[in-house]
Amino acid sequence: MSGKLAVTTTVNGEEHEVLIEPRLLLVNMIRETLHETGTHIGCDTSSCGACTVLLDGKPVKSCTILAVQANGREITTVEGLETADGLHPVQEGFKEEHGLQCGYCTPGMMMTSVALLAENPDPSEDDIRKAISGNLCRCTGYVNIVKAVQYAAKKQQGVTA
Amino acid sequence: MSTPTVSHVEGAIGQSPKRIEDDRFIRGKGTYVDDVQLPGMLFMSIYRSPFAHATINSIDTSRAMAMPGVLACITGKDLEAHGLAWMPTLAGDTQAVLATDKVRFQGQEVVAIIAKTQPQAEDALEGIDVDYDPLPVIIDPKHAMDADAPVVRTDLEGKTDNHIFTWESGDADATDRAFADADIVISLDTLYPRIHPAPMETCGCVSDYNKATGKMTVHLTSQAPHAHRTLFALVAGLPEHKIRIISPDVGGGFGNKVPIYPGYVVATAASLLIGKPVKWIESRSENLISTGFARDYHMSGELAATKDGKMLGLRANVLADHGAFNAQAAPSKWPAGFFNIATGSYDMPAAYCKVDAVYTNKAPGGVAYRCSFRVTEAAYLIERLVDNLAHKTGIDAAELRKMNFIQPEQFPYKSPMGWEYDSGDYDKAMDIALELVDYEALRKEQAEKRERGEVMGIGFSSFTEIVGAGMSKICDIAGLAMIDSAELRIHPTGKGVLKLGVQSQGQGHETTFAQIVANELGIPSTDIVVEHGDTDHTPYGLGTYASRSTPTGGAATAIVARKLREKGRQIAAHMLECAPDDLEFDSGTFTVKGSPDRTKTIQECIFKAYQPELPEGMENGFEDVTYYDAPEMTYPFGTYICVVDIDKGTGAVTVRKFVAVDDCGTRINPMIVDGQIHGGLTQGFGTAMMELISFDEDGNCFGSNFMDYLIPTAVESPHWTLGECVTPSPHHPIGAKGIGESPTVGSPQAIVNAVVDALTPYGITNIDMPLSSHKVWKALRDAGVSDE
Repeated sequence: MSGKLAVTTTVNGEEHEVLIEPRLLLVNMIRETLHETGTHIGCDTSSCGACTVLLDGKPVKSCTILAVQANGREITTVEGLETADGLHPVQEGFKEEHGLQCGYCTPGMMMTSVALLAENPDPSEDDIRKAISGNLCRCTGYVNIVKAVQYAAKKQQGVTA
Repeated sequence: MSTPTVSHVEGAIGQSPKRIEDDRFIRGKGTYVDDVQLPGMLFMSIYRSPFAHATINSIDTSRAMAMPGVLACITGKDLEAHGLAWMPTLAGDTQAVLATDKVRFQGQEVVAIIAKTQPQAEDALEGIDVDYDPLPVIIDPKHAMDADAPVVRTDLEGKTDNHIFTWESGDADATDRAFADADIVISLDTLYPRIHPAPMETCGCVSDYNKATGKMTVHLTSQAPHAHRTLFALVAGLPEHKIRIISPDVGGGFGNKVPIYPGYVVATAASLLIGKPVKWIESRSENLISTGFARDYHMSGELAATKDGKMLGLRANVLADHGAFNAQAAPSKWPAGFFNIATGSYDMPAAYCKVDAVYTNKAPGGVAYRCSFRVTEAAYLIERLVDNLAHKTGIDAAELRKMNFIQPEQFPYKSPMGWEYDSGDYDKAMDIALELVDYEALRKEQAEKRERGEVMGIGFSSFTEIVGAGMSKICDIAGLAMIDSAELRIHPTGKGVLKLGVQSQGQGHETTFAQIVANELGIPSTDIVVEHGDTDHTPYGLGTYASRSTPTGGAATAIVARKLREKGRQIAAHMLECAPDDLEFDSGTFTVKGSPDRTKTIQECIFKAYQPELPEGMENGFEDVTYYDAPEMTYPFGTYICVVDIDKGTGAVTVRKFVAVDDCGTRINPMIVDGQIHGGLTQGFGTAMMELISFDEDGNCFGSNFMDYLIPTAVESPHWTLGECVTPSPHHPIGAKGIGESPTVGSPQAIVNAVVDALTPYGITNIDMPLSSHKVWKALRDAGVSDE
C-alpha cells in the first residue's frame, strides 16, 4: 500500500491535487482527504445512495468508485449546491416541503434529484420515485421528498408555487 | 387544563413553521459522529466471531500487530485486567464486551484493532487468528428449554438452562372464567419476526481522552446521552464530571441507539489507555448482525367473545427470543416492556398475559424499534385477533370494533391488566377513517371482485399505544427515574436558549420545542435556539425513545416557560403598578384587565429583568429549569385501514390504499406530525412486507446487508392518506401525547389483516410477516387456489 498516486479533481469548482492510496474510494477522498463531510456513508453494498455525488454532472454512488477514477474530472457534492445567488431549488424544496428528518440521506437524495431535474425538468411522480429508488430514506416515507423535487421542478421552470 | 391556550405569536403551537435544523442539513453541514475528525485520531475495527457458538481456545494477534499502522489488538483478556470484559445490560443481565471464554452468536465482538487509519484497522482483521471449538447451537427458541438444548450462558453461575424470565400480568383465574363463558374463542399463533431499526446512520463513536484534564469526551450515536454518561461512570468507573457525551446530529435512531454497545466501551477504553482519540463506526453489516435487533416474539393469543361479538377476555402466551444476552431496552421493572397494553382499544372484563424469555445463539437485544417497549407486538396481536373474530362471527370488522371500543365517558379507563388510559375517542377516529377510505364502496367492490375470482382485502387496525415513560414510581432505567428536563434562559433583548434533556434523531425538536416556548411565553419561535445532545450544556434527562420527548421534555418545556411567564407577570405588574392578578396575558402581552391601553410586552418584562429596581425580593435574570415526572403515561390511538389487491398468479400484494387517522392529542407542528406519520407508516410497511433477520440451523445470519435486509424504497412505498383526530391528554401541560411511534405500532397489522381478509374465502386465517409474494403464493397454492 506504499505507492500513492496523485489525483487532481475539481470539487465544487475548486481544483484539488492530492496524494492518495490507489484503493481509496471516492467517498473517502471527499470526506477524509478533502474534509467535505456532507456526503455520507450508509451501507457497504452500494444499496443506500447516501454517498451520491455528481461526477461530470452524472449521479454516482461515490462508494463504488475509486478516487483515482475521478482524476481530471469534476465532482459536485451537496456543499456545492448553494451559490452566491442562494440555495439551489432542490435544497429549497427539501426545506419547504419537509423532505427530510434526520438529514442523513438528504445530501445523496438531493444530488440524485438535481441530476434528475437536469435530465427531465418536468418529471412525473413516477419518474421521481424511480429516479430516487437507489437512495434509501428511513425517516420520511418518501412522500415529502417527492413533493420537494416537484417544488424544485416548478421553481426551476419559473413557475410560482 | 389539557387543551392549550393557543398563542397568536409567530411559530406557536398549531402552526407549521419550516424546520430550523434543515438549514444545516440541506447544506451538508450537519455534524454526525462520523464527521468528527480530530487531530491524531486513531481508528478501531472489530474482529467478530464467524461461529454462532464456540469455545475460544486461544487468540493470536501477532500477525495483525505486525501489519502496517496497527498499534494495538485488544482482547477480552486485556479488558478483563481492567474489569471491563463484561458489562451490564439495560435489562439487568451482563453482556460480553469482547469474548473471553466462548462466542455466543455470529458476529460477536472478539478482538478490537486500533490502527492509524481506517483501512489499516480493517486490513488487520485478516491477521487475527482465533482457535475455536465449535459447539452445538440453539437457534429455535421453541427448543431453547429442551433438556438437551445447549446452554448459552455458561458464564452465569449455576445456569443450567436458557430461561431468562417469566413475566405475567393480569388475572389468570378471571380470564379462565371469561373463556369458560365464551361462545367463541379465536386462537392465533403468530411470530412477530426479528427485524432491525436500521437507521441510515449506523452506530459509532469518537472517544477522546484528554490526559491533561482527565476528561473523556465521547461523540456518540446516542438517543440518551445523559443516561449514557451515568452508565459510562458506573461501568467504566470514570468520574461522571469528567465524562462528556456529545450526541451531535444523529442519523436516525428508532431505538437502535438506546443501548450501550461493546464498540463504544472498547473505543473509550482504548482512548483512555492510548491517550488519543479513537473512532469506531459500524459498517452496515455490523449494524444488522450485532446491534439492536427488535421484536422476535412468538405469540399465542386467544380472544374470548360472545356469539354476538362482545369481547370477554384476552389470553396471550409469548415466547420471547432475546438472543445470547438479555440486552432488551426497557424500563427496569418491565422485562416484557408494556406488553400488557394488549387489550388495546377494547373494553373487556378480563385479560392475562405471560411472557417467557429465552437465550439463543443469536445477536442480543430486543430494542424498542420505534416502539414504546413491546407495545408494537401487543398491538399486533390484539388487532390480528379482532379481525379474525370478525371473520369468524361474520360481523363487519369496523362494526365489531365499534361494539367493543372503550367509550369516551369511560376515561380515565382502567384496563384489565392495570393501565389507566388518559383519554380517547376511538369511534371518532374510526368514523373519520371509514369516511376517508369510502368504506361502503370498498366492500361493494370487494364483493363484486370476489364474484369474479379476484383477490382484494380490507384490513383494520384500531390501536392504542402507551407512551411517554414517564412515571418514575414505576419506570426507571438502571435506577434512574424516567424524568426529563428543560432549562430556559431568555437574554435581555428577548431572545434566548432552551436546553433539553431529550435529544433528537430527526424528530425536529429544534423547531417544535421552540414552538412550545413561543406558545407559552409569547415570543416568536425563531427567537429561541434549542440545544440538546451535549451533556456538558444541557440538564439531565433520560433521552428520546418510546415517544417520550414530547410527553416528558415537552411538558418540562411548557412548565419552565410558564414559570418565566409568571416572573414576567410579576415584573409587568410592578411596572404597571397593579396587582399581578389584574393582568391578562395573550400572545406575549400583559394587559391590565379593563384597561386595554395599559400593557407591557413580554420582551419589555424580560429586559426589565436585567435592570435595577425589580419587585421586592426578585432576583435579576430570566431563566429557570424544570424537571418533569409525568403523573401518568399518555395513550395515543388511531384507526388505520388498508386496502390490498393480490395477484393470484404471483402472490404479489399491492397496498392500493392506506388511510391513517391518528390521534396524538395536541399537534404542535402539524407538518412535522404528518412527516412522522409518513415515515412510521413506511417502516410499518417494511415490517409487514419485506424486513426480516433470520438464521440458518448453524446460526448464520441472513439479512446482514441491504441487499438481503430489504427496506422500502420510493418505488414500493405506498401513498398514505392521513386523517386527523385530536383528543388532548388531560394530564399533559399542553395536551400532547406523542406521535413518533404510532404509525409503526399501528400499521403492520392493518396490512396483514387486509391480506388475511383477502384470503379468507380460501380458508386462510393467518400469514406471518413479512408478506413476501412467495409466502402469499404458497398459501394460495396450499389452499388449492390457482390463477387459472
